[in-house]
Amino acid sequence: MSAAPALELQSVSKRYGAHCAVDDVSLSLPEGVCLALLGHNGAGKTTLMKLMLGLTRPSAGTVGIFGLDPLRAPLAFRRSIGFLPENVAFHDEMTGLEMLRFYARLKGEATRACDALMERVGLTHAGNRRIKTYSKGMRQRLGLAQAVLGNPRLLLLDEPTTGLDPVLRQEFFEIIQEMKGRGTAIVLSSHILTELEARTDRVAIMKEGRLAACGGLDELRRKAALPVRIRVATPGVPGDITQRLDGIDVTRINHQSVELECALPDKIAVLRTVLGLDVSDIDVQLPSLEDVYRHFGHAGEGGS
Amino acid sequence: MRTVLIIAGKEMRDGLRNRWIVGATLLLAGLAFALTFLGSAPAGAVAARPLAVTVVSLASLSIFLVPLIALLLSYDAVVGEVERGTMLLLLTYPLTRGQILFGKFLGHCGILAVAIVIGYGGAGTAAWLNGGADANGVRAFAWLLVSSALLGAVFVAIAYVVSILVRERSTAAGIAIGVWLTFVILYDLALLGALVAGGDRIAPGLFPYLLLANPADIYRLFNLSAFENVRTFSGMAGLSGTVHLAAPLLIGSLAAWSAVPLGVAALLFRRREL
Repeated sequence: MSAAPALELQSVSKRYGAHCAVDDVSLSLPEGVCLALLGHNGAGKTTLMKLMLGLTRPSAGTVGIFGLDPLRAPLAFRRSIGFLPENVAFHDEMTGLEMLRFYARLKGEATRACDALMERVGLTHAGNRRIKTYSKGMRQRLGLAQAVLGNPRLLLLDEPTTGLDPVLRQEFFEIIQEMKGRGTAIVLSSHILTELEARTDRVAIMKEGRLAACGGLDELRRKAALPVRIRVATPGVPGDITQRLDGIDVTRINHQSVELECALPDKIAVLRTVLGLDVSDIDVQLPSLEDVYRHFGHAGEGGS
Repeated sequence: MRTVLIIAGKEMRDGLRNRWIVGATLLLAGLAFALTFLGSAPAGAVAARPLAVTVVSLASLSIFLVPLIALLLSYDAVVGEVERGTMLLLLTYPLTRGQILFGKFLGHCGILAVAIVIGYGGAGTAAWLNGGADANGVRAFAWLLVSSALLGAVFVAIAYVVSILVRERSTAAGIAIGVWLTFVILYDLALLGALVAGGDRIAPGLFPYLLLANPADIYRLFNLSAFENVRTFSGMAGLSGTVHLAAPLLIGSLAAWSAVPLGVAALLFRRREL
């Protein structure tokens, strides 16, 4: 077991002419941890993945995968990496099973394992059909199957859940969870923030090639200093609450409920006060990943 | 090597699946049979002609056809996969770009070899069974097969260089047609023009090397002049006096013509960023 982290970027930049696709990004990821890479289209997520895979050469900085430079490491090292590209494409004339066996052979894995893998991603029934007849979701599942071939120690997934319906998405994350349990480090990018919230350990938010924020979700919530929203229903007159909670933002919603906003550290104090009043219901809403993303992804563009 | 064979095997299977092998084989076989058995039809007879005559007509035909098939087969080998997005994933697997290219080369040459051996070989065997061949004719015919496959390999390698240099599939297709026109038609026209216009000013010693600069001419020279019995039919009997190029040199040049572009393609591919 090497002490080197699964993934380590040090001040990595990538310029295409005058355009800076990735600008001075540093991050580190230990084994068994799942990192969500967020950002607008063109924020540099895909370029960052290509840099991690050694498909492109960084203009500056160093990339380390298990302590090795992906551009110089021996070929065998790539066996320990699984990759699912954005909009994964296959050879349409081949059947799904043929395609997977081809990739298994290239990775030096037994082709026997392919049938089980097809079943795991729910494609057994379509294994002998040509890929051109596959739906977007089926291609995506085949893509995941090839990515987890040979139980890689680092899994890079670029927009893995686009085109999957909610049930498939659930199964998808089960497989990811299983890989994580085995100690695989996972980097995945996605636009669908709600689904990532409960499933990632760390979040990295990219903005115009730079790393706008990186850390655990709680950590980012604190850093963003986004308010907690508390919705309180009272059988009485809302004006009453407004008077007692001096210095706290109160929005009246209707004649029976109000919404309060308070800073994260003040949450408990505010709740105590509210509970002392005549209230019938309380609903506490922590800032979601979406709020955090909006905060860091837009900061400096006029909005907050 | 295992990795190279996996890629080559996949290309061959692709060739079977998308009917490239079947199509090319049928095309070559049809033409070869026609030339072998119907070649004397204008004279009022349908019969097999001596194998040596078949070699002459097949060689003249192959100069146009084999490079064209080879270029069409492989012009999108790299740019096509990059455009479809399959190359990106392939490059994350444990194999080098050189292995990908060499595997594809073996696969594409294999497809051509199968088509040539079955297509031409079938017609040749039929002619032989009809008693139209002696040992020399068979030898010339066997070398026709080998040199045709080599000619195909040359243009597969050239197509790879094109395929790696361009950004779009359609550009590669256009350039491939240009390559075909240049080597198969324009080069000879230009050379002929230069000889006629230049007359004595072109050193006679230079001429053979100008022919070596074009793989299609090497192929023609090899098949029409390397074998005694073929020479008499091809009207090249007088040529051997002026152009002294031995058969091994010609075959070696063809091999070099496929190896050098392949090496260049491998170098270019290694540098190309995706």
